[in-house]
Amino acid sequence: MDFAIKTCGLTKKYAGRAAVDNLSLSVRRGELFALLGVNGAGKTTTIRMLSCLTRPDDGDAFLLGSSIRSDEKEVKKCIGVSPQETAIARNLSVRENLELMAGVHGIKKAEAKRKADELIRLFALEEIEKQKAKTLSGGWQRRLSIAMALISDPRILFLDEPTLGLDVLARRELWSVIRQLKGRITVILTTHYLEEAESLSDRICIMKDGKLCAIGTEKELREQTGAASFEDAFVYLAGGGDLQ
Amino acid sequence: MKMQVFAGRTTKEILRDPISMIFGIGFPVILILLLTAINRNVPEPIFQLDRLTPGIAVFGLSFMALFSAQLVAHDRETSMLARLMTTPMSAADFILGYTLPLIPMALAQSLICYLVAFALGMEITVSAFVSLLLMLPVSLTFIGMGLLCGSLFNEKTATGVCGALLTNLTAWLSGTWFSLDLVGGAFKTAAYCLPFVHAVDMGQAAVTGAYGDMFPHIWWVAAYGIGLVTLSMAVFRSKMKTA
Repeated sequence: MDFAIKTCGLTKKYAGRAAVDNLSLSVRRGELFALLGVNGAGKTTTIRMLSCLTRPDDGDAFLLGSSIRSDEKEVKKCIGVSPQETAIARNLSVRENLELMAGVHGIKKAEAKRKADELIRLFALEEIEKQKAKTLSGGWQRRLSIAMALISDPRILFLDEPTLGLDVLARRELWSVIRQLKGRITVILTTHYLEEAESLSDRICIMKDGKLCAIGTEKELREQTGAASFEDAFVYLAGGGDLQ
Repeated sequence: MKMQVFAGRTTKEILRDPISMIFGIGFPVILILLLTAINRNVPEPIFQLDRLTPGIAVFGLSFMALFSAQLVAHDRETSMLARLMTTPMSAADFILGYTLPLIPMALAQSLICYLVAFALGMEITVSAFVSLLLMLPVSLTFIGMGLLCGSLFNEKTATGVCGALLTNLTAWLSGTWFSLDLVGGAFKTAAYCLPFVHAVDMGQAAVTGAYGDMFPHIWWVAAYGIGLVTLSMAVFRSKMKTA
């Protein structure tokens, strides 16, 4: 099996408490993989470790074969991250934000412009490309944030709560953007919205208290718990059901 | 190249903020104009332009700390910094990208103060330009303070510390508005332990061509500048590791 991500006993502790505890999982190339869990389950800490923002206390993870502990530079070359908060440069225009991200990845000016053109088209940002980022609505800021994460042509994309705080229409629009990425790159998505994971993901990992609780397709998770809906399956698993 | 791109972003973020322009350029210029107008309307002049101008230039530079602190703290709070830290940028790219654009901005700000003073009657001399160039090490002190506060505090606190506290400290403890000898005692001693009055004394000595009087103030300014920039870099780097 050709894995994009493989974690081996990944562990992170804060003040003696394990935020992520001995996490071992694999994500296939091109897969859209969702991390689900209640607050404090360890989803964001996992993403932070995989994107080299937080160093694990124990264990390791390999992204396209490069270790997050020893090959940080290589890992950073192949990832794109759209953080939970809308991380954009507020006084820069949409285009300038995209070209900024290209530049800090070491992409030359002409190529940066070409890539920005491409993403502006893909994300339908033409009408607002000259607008300052701070003047955009929440939905457009999120859209820009994801486009910024894609400018370096990452082979693995981390989307941390990409639709948090958006209205239903904006969320659905963003879903269609995320769907366009499916199969082309590996996407790791964290979300609180069960229907989002259900609708977008190839496989879902449910985390609880920093540990992997269950993993599988939406259908497999329902079958494992005997639940009628995915929400019931999630409540059963995240609420303390034991399927190990 | 990554550093240049990032420095370009720092420049745009600051220059496109109207508040930065109003406080950074407008406020010091208004102060010079206002105090000169007052001076002309009182029987005994209170201020002399060659003593006032270096003081206001130093006061104006305190806003550099505010700009720097606000930007770094905002980037930390909004996860912009976290996003950038997942790119192949190095610690040096970050630090230089945040600080280098502020140096020409600081010099431009001081130049505008001096040009306004020349227009109002201050003598155009080589010494005045030496005094202007001496604002460069002074700006490092404020840029260092800004980077330090931005690395340590959230945006609200950083703005409070660098905006309200630091600008007031610079104003009150620099000897620009009143001679510190008038207060004397512990107030004067405390003021001379800080860089602000040394920066103003150094600028005033240079502008009058009394280069010998720039000492020991220049050492105080240099020590604070180097010390604060070094400390802020160390704190920023350590914060990067635990971000």
